[in-house]
Formats: sequence, structure tokens, C-alpha cells
Amino acid sequence: MGTVAHVLAVNPVPARSQMGSSLGFHIILACFGIAFAAVTMTAEWIGIRRGDAAALLLARRWSKVMAVLVAVGAVSGTVLSYEMGLLWPGLMGRFGAAIGLPFSFEGIFFFLEAIFVGVYLYGWERLSPWAHWWSGMPIVVAGVLGALSVVAANSWMNSPAGYTLSHGKITRIDPVSVFFNASTPYETTHMVLAAYMVTGFLVAGVYAVGLLRGRRDRYHRLGFAIPFTIAGIAAPLQVLMGDIIARFIEHNQPVKFAAMEYVPRTTRDAPEWIGGIFINGHVYFGAAVPAFDSILVGFSPHTRVIGWDSVPPAQRPPLDTLIHLSFDLMVGIGFFLLALAAWQGWWWWFHRRLLVTPWFLVPCALSGVAAVAAMEAGWIVTEVGRQPWIVYRVLLVSNAVTPASGVPVTLGVILALYAVLTVVSIGVPMFMSRRWRQGAPAEEEAEQVPYGPAQAHAGASPGRPPATPRSPDGGPQTR
Amino acid sequence: MRPSPDTIGVAAILITVIAAYALFGGADFGGGIWDLLAGSAERGKAPRELIDEAITPVWEANHVWLVFILVLMWTAFPPAFAAIMTALFVPLSLSLLGIVLRGVGFAFRHTAERLRMQQLTGALFAAASLITPFFMGTAVGAVATGQVPVHPVGNVLAAWTSPTAILTGFLFVAACAYVSAVFLVPEARQRGHRDLTRYFALRATAAGVLTGALAGGTFAELSVSSPHVFARLTGVALPLVAISIAAGIAVLGMLWMRWYHALGLRVTAAIAVAAVVWGWGLAQYPYLFPTSLSLAAGSAPKASLVGEFVVAGLAVLLVAPGFALLYFLQQRRMLTAAETDAGLRLAAQIEQAPRGQPALAQAPIGARIATALVLALLAIRAIRNVFSPRDR
Repeated sequence: MGTVAHVLAVNPVPARSQMGSSLGFHIILACFGIAFAAVTMTAEWIGIRRGDAAALLLARRWSKVMAVLVAVGAVSGTVLSYEMGLLWPGLMGRFGAAIGLPFSFEGIFFFLEAIFVGVYLYGWERLSPWAHWWSGMPIVVAGVLGALSVVAANSWMNSPAGYTLSHGKITRIDPVSVFFNASTPYETTHMVLAAYMVTGFLVAGVYAVGLLRGRRDRYHRLGFAIPFTIAGIAAPLQVLMGDIIARFIEHNQPVKFAAMEYVPRTTRDAPEWIGGIFINGHVYFGAAVPAFDSILVGFSPHTRVIGWDSVPPAQRPPLDTLIHLSFDLMVGIGFFLLALAAWQGWWWWFHRRLLVTPWFLVPCALSGVAAVAAMEAGWIVTEVGRQPWIVYRVLLVSNAVTPASGVPVTLGVILALYAVLTVVSIGVPMFMSRRWRQGAPAEEEAEQVPYGPAQAHAGASPGRPPATPRSPDGGPQTR
Repeated sequence: MRPSPDTIGVAAILITVIAAYALFGGADFGGGIWDLLAGSAERGKAPRELIDEAITPVWEANHVWLVFILVLMWTAFPPAFAAIMTALFVPLSLSLLGIVLRGVGFAFRHTAERLRMQQLTGALFAAASLITPFFMGTAVGAVATGQVPVHPVGNVLAAWTSPTAILTGFLFVAACAYVSAVFLVPEARQRGHRDLTRYFALRATAAGVLTGALAGGTFAELSVSSPHVFARLTGVALPLVAISIAAGIAVLGMLWMRWYHALGLRVTAAIAVAAVVWGWGLAQYPYLFPTSLSLAAGSAPKASLVGEFVVAGLAVLLVAPGFALLYFLQQRRMLTAAETDAGLRLAAQIEQAPRGQPALAQAPIGARIATALVLALLAIRAIRNVFSPRDR
């Protein structure tokens, strides 16, 4: 028993699992923090510009959901800042002076976001329409800049720069090089686009389900069209960006790239593996496209691709199969989402109508979950692919992990708590939408969201509940 | 070795942020404590509602203060941060647990419909308000007594279970309850609840006396457990300690005289808390961990400290006006819960029925051309990228 406890305490695996699960949870909420305001404000813009009540109603309801998600995100974000120290004192103690800087800037943007979410959420009634619209703008800007700061910190772990070490201690820092390290432009763009895709496809997916259930009114069409368009614009950019980033990784972190693409030995004519499990030097159940990996890397089959044999076994990432399959999953879903966007775009271009056939809507309903899966897979590729380093080629994970015992316990507690938080962040919006559909305004006003000034209590709203906006057979159908 | 001016400056910012967290976060936690002590569902209904109304607008900001403390610590004083997080793994994890439970309880209790569920989430919220300040207090006690080793090899149980640390934990809880009750007195009065004003004035007095007693006990303990801090508390930092005591007595006096002046009460209580936090900071000088790790040895390179000044400057430039706007709008009663969506709903429905056109039917010609241009540009760039010569 004692030895088991000892192994668990020294082994970085529990700490890595805890960090991974906390981050994997937070990243989904962070997407909403980054992109949801833009989606909501687009709806509001349409609503104000065209006097469209359905769009305004959507924007108003989305702002309430946004408040809940940002609040849960604030909690899970606090957990992450604690964990940076609780789990990785070896990283923060040595490199806190460098990696801490981008996080400090993130603090400001988070502050701004929290303030203006409050103004936006509670300014609907009394602010003039355009003043209210503009009050949402800081959320959009702060969301993107905040993402930039945090992802810059992660980029730094992949491409450490801007510091001088002497005797294992940092003696000089160049903040600009820390922020804008080699990986920053790639990782931040990739993440911001991912946030827009995740948010857009998830929200669109909700209304795709509504449309599939026969609620084909303007409210549901707009609720689908607005986020889908935003995500659909991000999708091709993301595929393009992904291609560029893959080549950058091949150049910057060749061993990670080798794990992503199953390149055991440095070689020309490297095949591109699609799927497959890597065991003892063989790829099983995978399809290889001859020389295609070389072509993707250098546009010629003769391009030399560096394999993981270029570094000693102790410096190679573990779990090649996980990294490779995650990479394939991310790329596959990326193309699937691109195809969906292109399908709608095609239809729109030639017919000027929203495509609402079930053949299109069923995959759309799943697109949000798919986008989340792709993003999580992408994080697995970046993070597991960097192993065994926590700071690439500078600091090993095993030298950064806390020597404190008790991580397996906190891991268990965190998993349980995050299960609850997941229920909250999915359950509360679902609960709200059920109330909205029941169409009793008195109840809707009673709903409290964890933000902003104290509210007048329910019952103050006069007037009878109007008929539900949902009509049984829906509005006229397009096709 | 004397710490550089930059180090002292960042340490001053850190202490200021800690004081802000002690004040605002403390009031927030205290609200949870009074919620816990408010009695049965029926008896405690009125105070609970007041606490809820008072806390709702501010609870978010507290996370931000805490996050600022963490990032300031790890950027400006990395070795100290790493040592604290390792040696005090257990109390800090427990305080984190409290923060998460509080968030869950808070987010959920407003949407929970049934009374049972509300009670459960409410209990979660209240219990969490108790554990977080207590364990944070033990951590501060451990640091102040110099029990945190500079290079810990694991958790140090003895550091945060010393009498001083435990007393500090209780002191934190009492101080939170005190600040919160003082803040709630004018809140109740402004809303015209006379009985609640008395209710919280009584509790503020009790908590104030208890806080004073615990502070005295901790002070006495420090003379044995941390001679350096004690010597400076009774030396250089004595004026601050005196200010804190005087302000604390002044608040009790105001409550005794039933002079419930909103600003007067709040500011005096704030001075009492801020002065004692500053006193602690001054007493630790020039050490991060009294006598084992000095500020000079534990601070980051100059550029990181300057970076933190920039962050603080930006915070003043950007966040302060944001807060001012929020406060201004709230005072002008421009921020209200949406009164009703009924009008919008009706309008949306009317509009949806007669028009057969789907959403976004008429994109203006300009938008179409712009989209086509952007797409074409992107396509050209992509193609050029593929065929551009490579040195590989």
C-alpha cells in the first residue's frame, strides 16, 4: 500500500490527469466567453437594424445563457490558476516570471469581460438600443485579447523564448519575446477560430433540433442561421490555418509532428497514415497514402520528414496512438464541418434560401458536439505531443510536478465536482429554454442569473402570458 | 541585501490587492456565514434574502481579486509561490474546494425550483463560505510564522496546524463575518428594513468583539512563533495596528450609538481591515518568508516586475472606468432585469406568420460582392501558398 501511495505521489500522471480534465472542461466554457458575445451581438444588430423582434428575442435570451456560462467559467478558471501552482510548482517557481506575464494581462481582460457582461445583461430595458449594442463590444474584444494572453502562455511552453538562465535561475526577461514567441501567432489564431466554431455550431445545433422537431418559425430559423453562418465562416479559415500550423509544427517540434503522423524513422516518401494503431513498430488497421505526408510537408514526395528516432526514447512523447488518432479526429471533423458550411453556402448562393432538409439538419444538430470533440482532440495533440516536456526541451514534466502527496485525492474530487459543474452548465440553459417554450413571461422574469444588480422580484410584470410563439405545424416551409 | 524599488513597488501592489480581496471577498464570505447562521428556512428568510440581494452584484469580482493575487505572486515572486503551493497543498486545496462549491451553490440556487433543492444548494454555498476563509487564514498564518520552507519536498502539515496558523484561520472567519455584517447594516437600512438593521448591527458588534479577541490572541501567539513579525508589528507597523484598532472601536461605537451612516460605517470598517493587512505586509518586510526568504532573493527579474506595473496601470486605466460605468449605470437605475419579453414575443410571432421568406433573405448586393472578394482573395493566397518555392 505504501509503495502504491509513493508511486502515485511521485508519478506525474495524476497531476497531468487533473490538469487535463480541468483544462478540458474549462476550454469549452472559455469558447463561450470568447465567441458567444459576438454571436449574440450579431443577432441584436439584425434585430435593431431591421426592427426584427425575433432576432432581438434571441439576443436577449442568449445574453442570459451567456451570463450563466461566464459565471461557471469564472469558477473553473480560478481552479486553473490555483492548479498552476498546486500541481506544477516546479514550473512556476522556475519560470513564473516569464509565463506569469501573459496570465497577468489575461486578468485584466477577464475583469473587463465580467463588468461588461453585467452591463450588457442588465442594460436591455433602459439603455438605448445602440448604446446597449455597443456595451457588448468590450466583451467581444476582451474575449479575443484574453484568449490571446492565455494561449500565448501555452505557446511559450511549446516555444520558450525571451528569458536568460544562469545557474538554473531566470536572470533576465524580455516580455515581448515571451508574448510573441514562435508559436503564438499560430496557436492563438487556431484557438480563437476554434472558439467561434464551437460556439457557433453548438448554438446552431440547438436550433437545428428545434427545426427538426417542426418549429420552423422565423425565431428558430434565425437562431440557426446566425450562429451557423459565423461558425461557417470560421470553418474554412480554420482548415486553412490547420494546414499551415501542421507545417509549422513539423518545423518547430518535429518529434510532436512525427507522433501525429506516425513517422518512426526520418525518411523521404513518408506515407500519410489515416487511422491505425501503432504497436511495436507496425501500424495496424490504418490506411496509408504513399508519400502524401512528405507532399503535405514540403509539396514534394522527396521531402525528408523527421521521425521520432531523432531523439532518445526518453524524450519521445508517450501514447503515439492517442496523439495520432486525436489528430486524425480533429482533421476529419474539421473537414466534416467545412462540408456542412459549404453545403449551406452553396444552397444559399444559388437559391437564396436557408436549407432546412433533415438530411442537412441532422448532421448540423451534431455539429456542435463534433466541434467540441475536435477541439478537445486538438488540445490532446498539443499537450500530449509536447510530453515529456512541460517547457519544450527546457523542463521535464517530472521535474515540474508537485512533490506534495494528495494529488490522487484532489483528482478524484475535481472529477466529481466537474461532473456537477457540467450538469449545471448544461442543465441551467436547458431549464431556461424549457421555461421559454412554455411561454410564461412571469416565470421567465423570476429567473435569476448570477450577475448584475439585484432584481425586482417576479410578479411585477403585468399582462397576461401571450400565446406561445411556437405553432404546431410551424410557418411556411421552404422545402 | 535591500530589495530594489521595483520589488517593493510590486510587493505594495500585492498587499493592496490582498487588502481589497480581504475586504470585498471577506464581505462576500461573511454573507455566506450569516446565511449559514440565519436559522431555519422560515426564520432566516428575511436576512437570507437581503444577503442574496447584496452579494449578487459583486460575487464575480471577488474571483478576479483572487486571480490577481495568484498571478502577481507567481510572476513577481515565483520561488515563494512555488514553495507556498507545495508546502500548503492541503489547506489551499481545501480553500479551492470551498471556492468551487460556492460557485456551484450560487449559480444553482437561483435556478433551483424546489425548496429542498434550494436548501441543499444554499447549505453548500454557506458551508463553503466557512471553509475558504478558514484555510486561507491558516495558510497566511503559516507564511507569517516562517514555517514554509524555501525548498519544500512535500506538504508540510506542521506549518498550517501550528496554534498561530489555526488562530489566524479563526480570525479570518470572524473578520469576514464582521466586515459583512457591518456592510449589511446600511444595506438593510437603505431598503427600509428596520428590524434587519438591528439584526445585523447586533451581529456586527458580536463579530467585532470576537474578531478583536482573536486578533489579540494571534498577536500574543506571534510573539513566540514569529519574533521578527512581532517585533516589527510593535515597532514600525505599530501606527497601522493602532489605526486598525481605533477604526474597529469606532465602528463598534457607531453601532452602539445607532449612527448607521452608510459611508461612515463602510469606510471605517474598510480602514480597520486594510490597515491590519498593510500592517502584516510591513511587518514581514524585508522578507517573503520571515527570516528564511527575503524579498530580494525571491523576486523575479526586473522586466517581469515592470510588466506587473504595466498590468496594474492598465487595470487602473481600463478596469476602473469600467467599474465606474457599471456603478454609474446602476446608481442611475439604468440596469434592470428585463421586465418582460412578452412584447417581443408577440411581435416575433406576428412577423413570422405572414412572411414566407426565410431568414436573411435579402442580403444586400454589396455584402455579396464583399464576400465573393474575400473568398477569392483567400483562395488566391491559398493557391500561392501551395506553389510558392520552398527551400526544402
